[in-house]
Amino acid sequence: MADTPTSTTQSRPAAAPASTMSIVAPALAWLIPGAGHFVQKRWIRGALLMFSVVAMFMFGLAMKGKIYQQNAGDLLEILAFVSDLGTGGLYILSRMMDLGLNQISFATADYGTKFIAVAGLLNIIAAVDAYHIAIGRKD
Amino acid sequence: MQVSHFTAAFLFAFFSSIVFGICFRNSPREMVRYGAYCFAVFLGGMFVAGWVMWIIKH
Repeated sequence: MADTPTSTTQSRPAAAPASTMSIVAPALAWLIPGAGHFVQKRWIRGALLMFSVVAMFMFGLAMKGKIYQQNAGDLLEILAFVSDLGTGGLYILSRMMDLGLNQISFATADYGTKFIAVAGLLNIIAAVDAYHIAIGRKD
Repeated sequence: MQVSHFTAAFLFAFFSSIVFGICFRNSPREMVRYGAYCFAVFLGGMFVAGWVMWIIKH
């Protein structure tokens, strides 16, 4: 029994020590969707992630979705801000261009707001995936 | 841009499934299968939720 490997050790390869890539990849992935995979030569995965996150963000803006700013008010607005911030460079660009300042006054705008927030959350997932590839936990 | 609830849900499911498939599986074959599974569950869940709401209303 003692020699039997656990399911965790069977399914996950041992992680390599922290390297420069383990810091650069997730940071780049946050700033530019898909870039964390590009720097590790995962071209197709990176392109698909970039397409998904950017398209979702753009659809959100096209639907007149709202991009939340930093605030100290409503807890839900703080959470929405954190989600929006997950889009990284897209968030910074849209703030610089004064996009997403709409009031949510109809149903489609509410869908768009959710699209923008979820694009940020998906980008965070992609950044974590880039980190896992960098430390060798994933192929 | 005005879209119906179904179109919005379809787009949401499509893009989310791509990211889920890539990030939560290892091999390309598994990624495609898991992405398709997530897409089906998203859309199926939407129809089930819709019918549940219809039943509650009636």
